[in-house]
Amino acid sequence: MGLKLITVPTRWGGLLLVMSVLSGCATGPGANPHDPLEPFNRGVYRFNEAVDSAVLKPVASTYRDVMPERVRQGIGNFFGNLEDVWSFVNNALQFKGQAAFDSLKRVGVNSVLGWGGVFDVATEMDIERHTRDFGHTLGYWGIGPGPYLMLPVLGPSSVRDTVALPVDWKGDLVAAVPHVPTRNTATVVRGIDTRSGLLKAGNMLEEAALDRYSFMRDAYLQRRRSVIYDGNPPEEEVVSGVAGSAEPTEPEAGSKPTDGVTETLSSTGVPGEEKAKP
Amino acid sequence: MNIRFLRQLFTVLLSALVLLAVPARAADEAPDALIKRLSTEVLESIKSDKAIQTGDLSRIIALVDAKIMPNVNFHRMTSMAVGPTWRQASPEQQKRLQEEFKILLVRTYAGALTQVSDQTIAIKPMRSAPEDKEVVVRTEVKGRGEAIQLDYRLEMTPGDGAGWKIFNMNVLGVWLVETYRSQFAQEISTKGINGLIATLTERNKSNAKKG
Repeated sequence: MGLKLITVPTRWGGLLLVMSVLSGCATGPGANPHDPLEPFNRGVYRFNEAVDSAVLKPVASTYRDVMPERVRQGIGNFFGNLEDVWSFVNNALQFKGQAAFDSLKRVGVNSVLGWGGVFDVATEMDIERHTRDFGHTLGYWGIGPGPYLMLPVLGPSSVRDTVALPVDWKGDLVAAVPHVPTRNTATVVRGIDTRSGLLKAGNMLEEAALDRYSFMRDAYLQRRRSVIYDGNPPEEEVVSGVAGSAEPTEPEAGSKPTDGVTETLSSTGVPGEEKAKP
Repeated sequence: MNIRFLRQLFTVLLSALVLLAVPARAADEAPDALIKRLSTEVLESIKSDKAIQTGDLSRIIALVDAKIMPNVNFHRMTSMAVGPTWRQASPEQQKRLQEEFKILLVRTYAGALTQVSDQTIAIKPMRSAPEDKEVVVRTEVKGRGEAIQLDYRLEMTPGDGAGWKIFNMNVLGVWLVETYRSQFAQEISTKGINGLIATLTERNKSNAKKG
């Protein structure tokens, strides 16, 4: 825990300190080095589960049952189109020319031909989607995730991704709507739409996971890392039958992933890199 | 935004099934060719099997056993998920762990199979040397919406004609084995190996009750 604190930039220190005081440090057998705040996080997780089963899940289920699929699809597409605008900005901040261009094309095509984003024409035209937020951008430029963090209502995150959240909110077009009732309605509808899209995943998680909390955590951390490296992260460990620790390591601050589209990455040779690692 | 990946995780399921769909065949088939053939065959058998599409579990298990399992080193997969404690487990315990883990995975992913409709699989270019004993084959599942990343890690089985076997898979950047590792470790550290077996068995039973 102490060592972890040293490795994170000082501006996170305050937040971390608060968290540590709230939680106490998780030590002892089974403590996950990526999740020093586990006792606190589990508390938030229980809170989230309670809120979800009391309010969010019932509302989302009703929404799914009442609204025709086509309407829900259109609503999802509409918000997805707004999200692509922010993905364009973040791909540009990561100097990813092709991905930024694709995002821009998607917004253009869907806004004009897709009736303001209600129809996802761009996907039909095979224009790839590269969803990126500011947490990805920070990660791309070498900032590690820091401790895993379970946020109230919002769910899985990390210290880095939480620090990035206010920036994402600034870049959120829904939040920029000046008319307050419209903005609030849009925010609520988007929330319901997001939750309804997760209904099946939630049921699956209940069946697949022995411990939903750690299943979600491990999947979240791996997924975020993978996206930062465009689906092709460097090997974290020696993969062998039973040896080796299960703990992934983040890239050193300053070392950043090689740029580029998937094709570039795949041609740099994943297996070769793995073997080069000690 | 942060939970977006969960939605994709579900989509994964369907791909996961596809992934595993692999009949055994010639020994010197290249790993990427193997994955391509298996993916295609599995997709085809799902599309032509009404029972699978409606979620008939026994049909799904039959498909998994016939096509997928011969191409998976499930022993290695389970041992990696269990971690260092695997070596201390008796052969009987190892067998039970493999059985229950397999049921858990098959059951979980069964739902995904029913979602397969017009998906296709694209194999990405693979970089490996001829002497490599382990490779990663990267694929994309394309259907409606965003393409889903689905990668397989394969090993060359020692001995003549044994061929390549899958021992880990990656959906949307999330490795299956790694995701179970810390959950298994938790169970083992509090309840031991038999505790883990009991937990898996109970989970499978309660999943079965849900239909």
